[in-house]
Amino acid sequence: MKARIHVTLKQGILDPQGKAIEHALDSLGFKSAANVRVGKYMEVDVNEQDKAKAEAEVKQMCEKLLANTIIEEYRYELG
Amino acid sequence: MNIGVVVFPGSNCDHDCRHVFQDVLGQDVTMVWHKETSLTGLDGVILPGGFSYGDYLRTGAIARFSPVMKAVKQFAAGGGMVLGICNGFQILLEAGLLPGAMLRNKSLHFICKDIFVRVENAATPFTSGCKPGQVLKIPIAHADGSYYTDPVTLAGLQANAQAMFRYCDQDGRVTPEANPNGSLDNIAGIRNAAGNVLGMMPHPERCAESVLGNEDGRLILASMVEGLKKTKRVETVV
Repeated sequence: MKARIHVTLKQGILDPQGKAIEHALDSLGFKSAANVRVGKYMEVDVNEQDKAKAEAEVKQMCEKLLANTIIEEYRYELG
Repeated sequence: MNIGVVVFPGSNCDHDCRHVFQDVLGQDVTMVWHKETSLTGLDGVILPGGFSYGDYLRTGAIARFSPVMKAVKQFAAGGGMVLGICNGFQILLEAGLLPGAMLRNKSLHFICKDIFVRVENAATPFTSGCKPGQVLKIPIAHADGSYYTDPVTLAGLQANAQAMFRYCDQDGRVTPEANPNGSLDNIAGIRNAAGNVLGMMPHPERCAESVLGNEDGRLILASMVEGLKKTKRVETVV
């Protein structure tokens, strides 16, 4: 099973990379672009057949290492 | 005093710390590889600056799981003095030995320059050689030094005088302009509630001898040595 994990800064925490990209998009003429947030994307093969168990594993991975929940939030898809 | 300098893969200020404690302050220094599981015989511990594990994932995120960190936690729990400088501070945050987290510098730049910090609390073993409110010139060198914590934790830090150093101008004014990286409340260094663990982004080991033209950092490191002499530490057996 493959976990596709996204980690981003929490809403309300300044994301200077997002801001810089937003300005760049704006100067390229993309006036519709707003609220750019930069994050990390990770793929993890989880050697576990049971989906509930795999999900519990991935959640642990995120909580323990992949995200710092003081500043970041995470979401994942399993399949 | 015997001071342990922990060496992670990617530490690069470890020998600067060794040099200052050994050659400038006349102490014994033991280099401690991150795979060590015991800190027996050490009086104090330094987590030096650098780029442990290449800053992969987040600064300090992987180093906090190095075997030595279990021993560092026990050492700190027993009252041992632990100083984390720059990447060492980031590791202490990730390890939960200090509250909060580091964000990318607001400017996105890696900043390497002298800055000024104000000593907010001089009544601690890490700052006993400083005067209250003293302004120190110490270099910073980091890309991820924007300190962040939630409002409740920040209020706790302020109430317990745990914010030890705040970025200021040359005259000691804590202003937004004097904040190099966007740190919350201009925080440059904090200690834990018990007072035996200190994390700071500026590098005192880079300005601790007259030949370098700046000895401000020596005030902190020499204070720590004095503090160690007075510290009663409970050694716990793993």
